[in-house]
Amino acid sequence: MDLKTLTFVVVGLSFALYIGIAIWARAGTTKEFYVAGGGVHPIVNGMATGADWMSAASFISMAGLIAFLGYGGSVYLMGWTGGYVLLAVLLAPYLRKFGKFTVPQFIGDRYYSQTARIVAVICLIFISFTYVAGQMRGVGIVFSRFLEVDITTGLMIGMGLVFFYAVLGGMKGVTYTQVAQYIVLIFAYTIPAVFISLQIAGTPIPQLGLGGHMGDMYFLDKLNKTVTDLGFAAYTSGNKSMIDVFCITLALMAGTAGLPHVIVRFFTVPKVHDARLSAGWALVFIAILYTTAPAVGAMARYNLHTTVNTAVATGGDMFAPEASIVGESRPAWMKRWEKTGLIRWEDKNGDGRIQYYNEKSKDEAFLAKAAAAGWKGNELGSDKKGKFEGKVDNDIMVLANPEIAGLPNWVIALIAAGGIAAALSTAAGLLLVISSAISHDLMKGVFAKDISEKGELMAGRVAAAVAVLIAGYLGYNPPGFVAQVVAFAFGLACASLFPTIVLGIFSKSMNRGGAIAGMLTGLVFTLVYIVYFKRDVLLGMEKVPDSAWFMGISPEGIGVVGMILNFIVAYIVMKMTAPCPDHIQHLVEDIRYPRGAGSAQAH
Amino acid sequence: MSKPGSFDPKAYWQATLRLLMTTIAIWFVVSFGAGILFRDALDVVHLGGYPLGFWFAQQGSIFIFVGLIFWYAKRMDKIDREHDVHEE
Repeated sequence: MDLKTLTFVVVGLSFALYIGIAIWARAGTTKEFYVAGGGVHPIVNGMATGADWMSAASFISMAGLIAFLGYGGSVYLMGWTGGYVLLAVLLAPYLRKFGKFTVPQFIGDRYYSQTARIVAVICLIFISFTYVAGQMRGVGIVFSRFLEVDITTGLMIGMGLVFFYAVLGGMKGVTYTQVAQYIVLIFAYTIPAVFISLQIAGTPIPQLGLGGHMGDMYFLDKLNKTVTDLGFAAYTSGNKSMIDVFCITLALMAGTAGLPHVIVRFFTVPKVHDARLSAGWALVFIAILYTTAPAVGAMARYNLHTTVNTAVATGGDMFAPEASIVGESRPAWMKRWEKTGLIRWEDKNGDGRIQYYNEKSKDEAFLAKAAAAGWKGNELGSDKKGKFEGKVDNDIMVLANPEIAGLPNWVIALIAAGGIAAALSTAAGLLLVISSAISHDLMKGVFAKDISEKGELMAGRVAAAVAVLIAGYLGYNPPGFVAQVVAFAFGLACASLFPTIVLGIFSKSMNRGGAIAGMLTGLVFTLVYIVYFKRDVLLGMEKVPDSAWFMGISPEGIGVVGMILNFIVAYIVMKMTAPCPDHIQHLVEDIRYPRGAGSAQAH
Repeated sequence: MSKPGSFDPKAYWQATLRLLMTTIAIWFVVSFGAGILFRDALDVVHLGGYPLGFWFAQQGSIFIFVGLIFWYAKRMDKIDREHDVHEE
């Protein structure tokens, strides 16, 4: 069977599985639609949370990011896992005890304010839509690259599938399909990693392989030597400032803990005790991928260098003319992926060979050697709108990884199914929180209070359907800044929802005025800062130099400053406005004790 | 809610906060401490082929986070039972 047919079969089988589960797990009540009936086992919920959380970005892009950033990629590894510790100790058990269906509902009730609830809905919708656009794009890309259908067709199929199980099944359908999607994506991710670790370090466990031997050297030492010999920064040392690494990591952690589609997963377990445990299980399932990713990244980077420069593996002279491979006889995978623009070769010095190195190296001695060897610039990069750009696309590190390592076709087919599973599971979780914010918080909570249960369920389905269409449109016609907006989602969650929820649980005296003022300050400050420094990509204006960053903090990390401002403003406004009423203080008291946590309720 | 007399809300909350602070401290030390602030110093030591600070940043912190959450959950169960606010 050829690769394309095999890929269709594997992806088709995974779809059949999701559809089967969706039919089996239809939602009949609002409780099933919003919180899957409230009786999900903590391990099952942990697995669903893993799929919910690990998006197209985690699956397709993260290992590549790490491959090219080296130590700098650690911000994503720590940032996207450490948030679960915050969830387990600060949020999940208390919100579970509170026992309602949505995040804005907690904020509205705790701060006795419809305004606060609506502000929370706005934050939620902004965060979730920016995120979902990237997922739908991911579905389209995987379809077009592996199945050679165009992006639109891929998107339509993806939308149809999400529509089917999110709209029909609500949280119940989403939960059980996410479990299946987790299994598909984790196999797809780890199987190639195991093979590659075996090839490079002789151990099937990638986590050990990364720290293991390759020949008579440690693999990481060999990699460091390879990349520095080619003028790049050493793999295990970073190139971002310490304060920026610190802030980005913290913003990603607090942002993770403040993402509504992650928080609501903890409303589906039966007890407070289960909410704590479930956060642990979620992180177990996430850690399997997240501790594998650095090995995949490092080994893929090494493989790429060995492919292009044969002296890397033998330890010979990298500058010798015959060390660089002949362009015409480059491997088939390279030619295949050139069609997608992820990788491109441009023969700058006309010698017919590929020189891949860091032409912007600050090492004068290295640059002199490169010049002496007749190298006239880095020749391996990617295609950006028809122009050569001197950087290989991150995504190729995962997508082409099995081919680079010469793995069998079924592994390549599995990567396609895994990428689609990762994107679909996250998209479904996001679409669901958007629909429940509209049907439960805006309609049932504010604008149409006397709506019947049946009416609300219908409203939820209609909202989910509309959200799928908007997400599909955003995926088809992405604003040029899709990659950039991820910084928005985390920064905003970190600066708006996270501090407000934490204060709502740990401060009995925090009042309505403080919470609203704090949320708005965090939201507006973070938004303005990101837009200002990303105005070249967002608004097409002239770029503001990075040297103007506040205290050297990049837009990715600025959510931390927004969070601090949120806390300060909330405190000052609280001191100036009417104190929090007694019955609310009792409510806060009550959510602190586990006993009496029935399953989640509508009212 | 709970039996009157046996339940001291203040003591329960204080025990909870103490455990919370310990957990957050460990969370901070293994990631921000070992993986970022003191990475250069730790990188002098090696764990197999891993420089230690690099290991904490890309592997160790994640493993410890997992263990930390289960440890926290277990300790919270104990505190809940001692103060008689555990779920039936």
